Amino acid sequence: MTDATAPSAPVSGDAEPSSLFTQTNRTKRRNAAEKRFKAYGLGAIGIGILSLVVLLVSILGNGLPAFKQTYVVMDVTLDESVLDPNGNRNPEDIAKVLTFGYTPIIRGAAQNLVREMGGEVEGLTDGMIGDMISKEAAGQLRRFVLANPDLIGTTQEFKFLANGRIDGFFKGRVTMESAQIDSNVSPEQLVAAERLAEAGHLTTSFNLGFLTAPDASDQRPEAAGLGVAIIGSVYMMLVVLALALPIGVAASIYLEEFAPKNWITDIIEVNISNLAAVPSIVFGILGLAIFINYAHLPQSAPIVGGLVLTLMTLPTIIISTRASLKSVPPSIKDAALGVGASKMQTVFHHVLPLAMPGILTGAIIGLAQALGETAPLLLIGMVAFVRDYPGAPPEGLFDPSTALPVQVYNWTQRSDPAFFERASGAIIVLLVLLVLMNLVAIILRRRFERRW
Amino acid sequence: MPGILLILILCAIAAAGYVMGRRKAATISGDDNRVLHSNKPFHGANVALAAFLSGVVALVASGVIRGVTGIADSANIMTTVLTLGAAAAAFYVTLGRITLDYRARNVTEQLVKGILIAAASVAILTTIGIVLSMVFETINFFNQYPMLDFFFGTNWTPRFQGDSDLGMLPLLWGTLYVSFIALMVAVPIGLFAAIYLAEYAGPRVRGIAKPLLEVLAGIPTIVYGLFALITVGPILRDYFAQPMGLGDSGSSVMTAGLVMGVMLIPFVSSLSDDIINAVPQAMRDGSYGIGATKSETVKQVVLPAALPGIVGAILLAASRAIGETMIVVLGAGAAARLSLNPFEAMTTVTVKIVSQLTGDTDFASPETLVAFALGITLFVITLGLNVLALYIVRKYREQYE
Repeated sequence: MTDATAPSAPVSGDAEPSSLFTQTNRTKRRNAAEKRFKAYGLGAIGIGILSLVVLLVSILGNGLPAFKQTYVVMDVTLDESVLDPNGNRNPEDIAKVLTFGYTPIIRGAAQNLVREMGGEVEGLTDGMIGDMISKEAAGQLRRFVLANPDLIGTTQEFKFLANGRIDGFFKGRVTMESAQIDSNVSPEQLVAAERLAEAGHLTTSFNLGFLTAPDASDQRPEAAGLGVAIIGSVYMMLVVLALALPIGVAASIYLEEFAPKNWITDIIEVNISNLAAVPSIVFGILGLAIFINYAHLPQSAPIVGGLVLTLMTLPTIIISTRASLKSVPPSIKDAALGVGASKMQTVFHHVLPLAMPGILTGAIIGLAQALGETAPLLLIGMVAFVRDYPGAPPEGLFDPSTALPVQVYNWTQRSDPAFFERASGAIIVLLVLLVLMNLVAIILRRRFERRW
Repeated sequence: MPGILLILILCAIAAAGYVMGRRKAATISGDDNRVLHSNKPFHGANVALAAFLSGVVALVASGVIRGVTGIADSANIMTTVLTLGAAAAAFYVTLGRITLDYRARNVTEQLVKGILIAAASVAILTTIGIVLSMVFETINFFNQYPMLDFFFGTNWTPRFQGDSDLGMLPLLWGTLYVSFIALMVAVPIGLFAAIYLAEYAGPRVRGIAKPLLEVLAGIPTIVYGLFALITVGPILRDYFAQPMGLGDSGSSVMTAGLVMGVMLIPFVSSLSDDIINAVPQAMRDGSYGIGATKSETVKQVVLPAALPGIVGAILLAASRAIGETMIVVLGAGAAARLSLNPFEAMTTVTVKIVSQLTGDTDFASPETLVAFALGITLFVITLGLNVLALYIVRKYREQYE
């Protein structure tokens, strides 16, 4: 195109006559380069979005099975001679029979069931049949008996968790081939499991325990749940909300509305923007050294986690709060000052309410960031194995607990591959929470944010 | 916790102070606002704030006194007496001060301003806390382990029984290698994405693509870590490392670097997008006017003008990469080694901070204390990168404003 204006002086090396209607080689090259450049940009965006899709698909594919679990439905005779040797239904005497005493009852019932249903499976021993039921079942049965002592001696139907490998077989994680080389499960057990499933005694249903149960030991991935982790995360979010929001808003009001322009204010400002970029693990070291080693707060407690996350989210909240305070037009301030309000009244009665939607949006985004943070929590001992639910706040804030992302990390460190499925499932729970929080933030922004 | 109960009592005292202060102001003025200097609520708020703040200050002070002097105050008698005493005294004094001319509004506003300043200084206290928490333990560490061996040692083999080699170089090498691969992924993709979004995309494409890319920044790092561990690691091992004979470890520098690169794409792209948008339109128009195509304009006018800002964005991304923990903990492995093979497991500074400080820790042994020295090294490196990046970005902004 550029050549069109100078027909008499063709570009050197380009002997062709130039015209508006035929492109010279040079123009073609330039246009091709233009197209290529544009394609690179489109490709880059495509790669970014593709990675997002692959990431989500991989996590969903691995994690969704965690929400379903295989259960064994079977009749168990609550043998009086074992469960209540004195025959007096005294709860104290019944409680003397430990979980250990219940195991043979369950194993016996399982053996009867398999022999009845499937006939003989070659090479299947009684011990193998007993191992098909989760080790968690004995505890479940004991709790049931302690709660209903008068049912001893009767036969009841129970729904027990199946062993993690049997569960894995129905989810495709364990196959006949892999069972051959796996010392924890044998192909005979899988054959028996298939027959049980055909007879309707092995069912797969929604696993509520995954959301409510506490963590379980290395040998029973089928029983591991997120109960303690969810409570711990909620407690930490409460602490962060109760501390970071007021402190952050107060700090932003001072910096935005009152602070004189001097070197102290400058230092605070530089400080805040740097704190926002300090690696999160450094905040973990701070929490370990100050809150645990110096102030002697208990390890693994949600209060310590909450304090660390508060310090971490403060810069984010301050930065977004200042932006929304700044967006309130000066005319509103001038009007308030003009009718005789003090500076403090102007800020608290007029500027702050108008900036509130923006502040809340920023706070929710900061909170979402804190919810997913893992590294600092590892250092303050939240990796501990916790099976007891923390109590109600405020005392519960000092009880040992764990947190959602830390539970994910914890499960990835275990040897049984069933825990990987659990870890991905926990990630789905975490992501659902994050999406919900961000949706609230977006709705708040859409509904209440004003544009001046 | 007695502290929580005490704070509840303080709140009750403050509430009572508000009611009584207000009532006294009403009584002395005969319910006539015109004769009072300040409105009644200010008198109430003044008493409430003074009582509450003195209580909190006394609570904190008694905690510090206990920490410093080591007085065993088992039943918290001293703390309770001090706190409630201070609150009651402030209550009494401020209530007694209420007269027709008392400038309750000015005093209250000063108190509120004090609270605001205290909140703003939390940021400074945090920085001081970070530095102090690491400096003392690091000095402690260097008293037990020679500084030169730490910074220039090429062996990292901590042993439980002591006599460990704690050289930082293998960790630093792993950190830099992973970060380098991450930047090799994130910078071209992020930069091209930013150019496309800023220069080519229409409002509709931009409205869809930009938020989608930013979702990548909102995903917690543990999710990326798990992705590296169960998806990317095995794929790289089975399809690249083993066929090429480069190793058979699922966790490798390449795994962690690729996944971290994906995480960094939105950092590079949204910062660069802002910066490219800040280049004045007149410069583009000038370039189009002399016949340049769009890509020529971008390459020869826009990018050179935006270069300082883009360098700042890359430095910020680099500091993120160096300080990133969960991806490398799950994706890079735990073996400290100095090697060039990207398919081998290596370890980073952050991984070792985690592994030295979790589990059973003995805060007198150099094997634990080394984590603080690693932490302060990490802090100094990232701080340096951040300060430099922020300086460059700010300088650049001024240029075009």
